[in-house]
Amino acid sequence: MERLESTATSPDTTRPDKPLLNLTEISKSFGHNPVLEAVDFDLQAGEVHALLGENGAGKSTLIKILSGAYKPDSGRMFISGIEYRPTGPLDGRRQGIAVIYQELNLAPHLTVEENIMLGQEESRFGLVDRKKNREKIKKVLEFLCHPEISPDIPVRKLTVGARQVVEIARALVSRARILVMDEPTSSLSQEDTRRLFEIIRKLRAEGTGIIYVSHFLEEVLEIADRFTVLRDGRVAGRGLIRETSVEELIRLMIGRRISELFPRLPHQPGEIILSCSGLQSVRMNRPVNLELRRGEILGVAGLVGAGRTEFLRALFGLDKLEKGLAVMDGRKFRPSCPAVSIGRGLGMLSEDRQVEGLAVRMNLVDNLTLSRLKPYVSSGFLSGRRQRAAASDWMRRLGIRARTPEQKLWTLSGGNQQKVALARLLHQEAEVFLLDEPTRGIDVMSKAQIYELMGRLAADHKAVIFVSSYLPELLGVADRIAVFHRGQLVEVRPASDWTEAELMKAAVTGKESEAVATGE
Amino acid sequence: MTLKIKGSGLKKVAGLAGPFIGLLLVISIFSLMPEVSDRFLNLANIKSVATQSVIVALCALGMTLIIVSGGIDLSAASNLALSCVLVAYAINLGLPPLLAALVGVAAGGTVGFLNGFLITRLKLVPFIVTLGMMGIARGLAKWVARNQKIDAPLSWLNELMVRTPKPSWLLVSPGIWIMIILSLVMAVLLRKTVFGRHSFAVGSNELTARLCGVRTDRIKVIVYTISGLLCGLAGVMEFSRLTVGDPTVAMGLELDIIAAVVIGGGSLSGGEGSILGTLVGVFIMAFLRNGCTMMGWPNYFQEIIIGAIIIAAVTLDRLRHRQE
Repeated sequence: MERLESTATSPDTTRPDKPLLNLTEISKSFGHNPVLEAVDFDLQAGEVHALLGENGAGKSTLIKILSGAYKPDSGRMFISGIEYRPTGPLDGRRQGIAVIYQELNLAPHLTVEENIMLGQEESRFGLVDRKKNREKIKKVLEFLCHPEISPDIPVRKLTVGARQVVEIARALVSRARILVMDEPTSSLSQEDTRRLFEIIRKLRAEGTGIIYVSHFLEEVLEIADRFTVLRDGRVAGRGLIRETSVEELIRLMIGRRISELFPRLPHQPGEIILSCSGLQSVRMNRPVNLELRRGEILGVAGLVGAGRTEFLRALFGLDKLEKGLAVMDGRKFRPSCPAVSIGRGLGMLSEDRQVEGLAVRMNLVDNLTLSRLKPYVSSGFLSGRRQRAAASDWMRRLGIRARTPEQKLWTLSGGNQQKVALARLLHQEAEVFLLDEPTRGIDVMSKAQIYELMGRLAADHKAVIFVSSYLPELLGVADRIAVFHRGQLVEVRPASDWTEAELMKAAVTGKESEAVATGE
Repeated sequence: MTLKIKGSGLKKVAGLAGPFIGLLLVISIFSLMPEVSDRFLNLANIKSVATQSVIVALCALGMTLIIVSGGIDLSAASNLALSCVLVAYAINLGLPPLLAALVGVAAGGTVGFLNGFLITRLKLVPFIVTLGMMGIARGLAKWVARNQKIDAPLSWLNELMVRTPKPSWLLVSPGIWIMIILSLVMAVLLRKTVFGRHSFAVGSNELTARLCGVRTDRIKVIVYTISGLLCGLAGVMEFSRLTVGDPTVAMGLELDIIAAVVIGGGSLSGGEGSILGTLVGVFIMAFLRNGCTMMGWPNYFQEIIIGAIIIAAVTLDRLRHRQE
């Protein structure tokens, strides 16, 4: 009904009785593949509306339509009752919609000030008016409770959390009334997440409408007011956050109730497979001693930047080693480069799937088999046919959804990409799996499959080191959990001896460090 | 299953269709020109175009490998000139022609190795290292030649690029045979060996390649060395053609070489390119030059056309990718 009225309203009157944003029957398909089918969505001023769904459910497409990057095939959009037809992302931004994407869109070499003002510089006679810019930025950063961020530092020197603040500042300077946040906390530490939530609450109080996309359902329960769940391009459910639960949201997202979120396969830790003594790379500030047994899943907790990733990279030979040794199956070796570690039976999943973990411009076959091409070589020649057959086999075994093994990797969803990265480790017949944030940014179903896979590996007498920022999954999957704090391994305990609160405390405060300090 | 494999094969062919259509277009346009139609598409002319293409093609084979692995080599033409001069110098020293030719090839390989070594050890971008090497190699060539052409006595080396080969059963010059054989070798190397796969992987995403245990630095050094060897061989061919060692030969040729690879589907961001495509790129440029010269069109006209073709080829390539 709003459609008829809206055409008559003049463009500069905002109607308080209308929702800030209203989408009606938005549909979009790519080729013959419908991605969104008649999706309705609305956002009030001063509310946080969570947009949920598995990867591939259509969230990203909906956001891109909203931002102006895609045009819907049908359906209409209204901002405060006025029809909104963006001609492109720039136009969308001008009309008050700011999207903060998962991979932040800042120019790393420019300063905070230049980034915030980019495209919206205050100028007089074509010259940048620095004083005016400064005032604006100062005000915004103060509002965001981050006055300590200096406008003059290049963005590349900021932490991920601070970069996000800069992104939000940019949106505020452009007077966005609608803020879309796509997985804003996926690479934030607990502390930065808390500060981000303060900012979100402040923005909400000021009347900004916020669309919050996240896989962290606990966070959604904490910060959002309403939710809409997409499944297979349709609205699967919507409602008030205070009347729902994690279980209900998951059920809506995957369409059936999963009794066991963390499937456990019985496995028994056996003899020691890998140990490292005094291992320290140039990027670590303390050496690490650790033992890992066959049939064991060792969880690694800690804040972002606490040295968990650096430890895995040192063990795998990705960073230059300063000192220390590793022992694999009783044989000493120096992890000097990945080729050496792979030769010893280690396999690593990178936390950064897009940049390091996968060659997204290459196809599935190459990505899957690159770390072990030997079986396909006879008298120096590579058999593409056998390579392809092996890739198809792994696709089937891990349920990787793709049209053909020749499909380029960037066309796959996050969950399927991650399965390819895991399939590579299985294909290379690794004995020790170093998994750095394997479930980041992927859908619930894929997550459950990855947990199950870890259990299966342990049952097969392999060993897994599982780094994660998500404590429930560590507690649910790991046998032992190690905590890192400020570049140091603080404590290792059986998972059953940890509670979420204790883990968090150890990660944040690094207490116990005197008592158990790695036996130096 | 078999059907799918066929489908993917077809797709590969379709990927090359662009450059091929370009080549056919160039050839048919000139064949239809009444002024030159009878001379353009006859065997003698095709042979002559092929012979002229040998030098660029040899360098372009190596450049394809480099571009596939995500690099670039601006020193290719200087490298060629250095080799050309050294061959003449070596012959004048009294070395037998075969040994002189090996000196030229080895010099090329050394320059290539140095490129790879500096890129991997100093962690500099290939553009900078090879830009420096472009000056160094050219300067060395001039130094060795005392800034003038080196005359050398004729030998069988000078028969490599003749239009009518000595044993007439060869049909075309030995240079063309060398080009054909090395093209096949390089195509197999790129497509059918672990080294080739690794080169593609390094070009497509170096970090991932490293994560997968590819010794990326070693691959790069080998890639640049192979390319250097091919440039050295091209220098031998250049000497064969000129019969003198000329340090100023092939000025600016590196850009033609890069253009051939790019027209043939190579991507300057790495991870893409093919030997067949590159050869088609070489021949597009060679036939264009030849046709324009026959038509009596001025030089600048050729330059404009080739410039436009480079832009058009890359644009078409991008469009094709977007459809994927």
